[in-house]
Amino acid sequence: MKLVDEFRDSAIAKRLASKLQARKTAAVNLMEVCGTHTVAIFKHGIRQILPQSVKLISGPGCPVCVTPNNDIDNAITLVQDTSVILTTFGDMMKVPGTSSSFQYEKAAGADIRVVYSVLDALQMARDNPDRKVVFLGVGFETTTPTIAAAILEAQRLKLNNFFLFPAHKVVPPAMRALLSSDDVKIDGFICPGHVSAIIGSKPYEFIAKEYGIPCVIAGFEPLDIMLAIDMLLDQIASGKSQIEIQYRRAVSAEGNVVALGILNRVFEVTDAYWRGIGEIPGTGLKLRAEYRKFDAKDVFGIESGYDTEKESCQCGDILRGILDPPSCSFFGKACTPEHPVGPCMVSSEGSCAAWYLYQ
Amino acid sequence: MCLAIPAKVIKIDELNAQVELGGLIRQASIMLVPDINIGDYVLLHAGFAIQKIDEQEATETLSLLSQLTIDDNQ
Repeated sequence: MKLVDEFRDSAIAKRLASKLQARKTAAVNLMEVCGTHTVAIFKHGIRQILPQSVKLISGPGCPVCVTPNNDIDNAITLVQDTSVILTTFGDMMKVPGTSSSFQYEKAAGADIRVVYSVLDALQMARDNPDRKVVFLGVGFETTTPTIAAAILEAQRLKLNNFFLFPAHKVVPPAMRALLSSDDVKIDGFICPGHVSAIIGSKPYEFIAKEYGIPCVIAGFEPLDIMLAIDMLLDQIASGKSQIEIQYRRAVSAEGNVVALGILNRVFEVTDAYWRGIGEIPGTGLKLRAEYRKFDAKDVFGIESGYDTEKESCQCGDILRGILDPPSCSFFGKACTPEHPVGPCMVSSEGSCAAWYLYQ
Repeated sequence: MCLAIPAKVIKIDELNAQVELGGLIRQASIMLVPDINIGDYVLLHAGFAIQKIDEQEATETLSLLSQLTIDDNQ
């Protein structure tokens, strides 16, 4: 496939791997923030080709994993109403809430449907005027402009049976929250390429300026990730801290201005609760007043409250990069992809699932 | 969940496009990239084109990769 195969060229990959292996570097921790990067790194064996002194840590960038139990519990409450069709991306189906999951509820008869796009949910609302179609909105800035566009479309079509259960999150302030706690030493960030295709490189500037930590925005093919690591190690070796873009074919300083315009027209920033991290100011999105009629939490009278995490589950420490998955006492024993205890094992982009599958 | 795949725009009808990826034809909304043209490559994510791919930048990244690895092995 064009624009994919070239970035998987094995001859260049071999030479780049030799270059990386030959690097003499002090012990450094590089965090890949994005779950899609985590999977790509495991899938292409990139951990194995790095010098031992370079450690990759997985960050909190799997939207499924950071969605708190409370959101899942509340969405499950919604489907007790038989007029409701709950729609969601497939990754959410097996995530355990406090006492149930969407998969379990669907098996018990609830009308829960997996969709590929929010547009499928919108069409479902048009096709079922006597039902209330709720879309569970999980995702980062890569996804949120698509949800905002669907809300504008629902407004244009005057749909009164399409609702959003908003559980979206914003990435850069969560990186600040990670840096503000001293739980884990981070020497460089591999920044998320597709979040950045939307937001651009500017929102990360505080990381370099205030914390002195280098960042490279990376693509998702093996050569992209290897080059990004090489660029990070160059910055660290020369004592620099800058925001560099490796994924230049998709990311600019400004990002996608049209998408950001639509996102900001529909949503405003609010605080959000991240599983394992807690509440982080300015990392959530809520519908602006003129679109509040599409907000399932408002319409169905759902109150927030976030105290339902399982205490024994160590996903929180894994999401912050404090623990590697195999260090969790449940990993591979009580917690497997077939019977996950926590969301990091459920999502295909969760770091536990990636370790389990590839390591 | 932030997976996005390069796809070639082959037909445009107002804010909807047909895109081709690996021989498959899919529908995509181009609400987020309204200035796209037939023949352009876009990143496809959850039924939407979310960004145009700059082929010139792709070529430059590939030549940087070639240069970087050749220089170091000379």
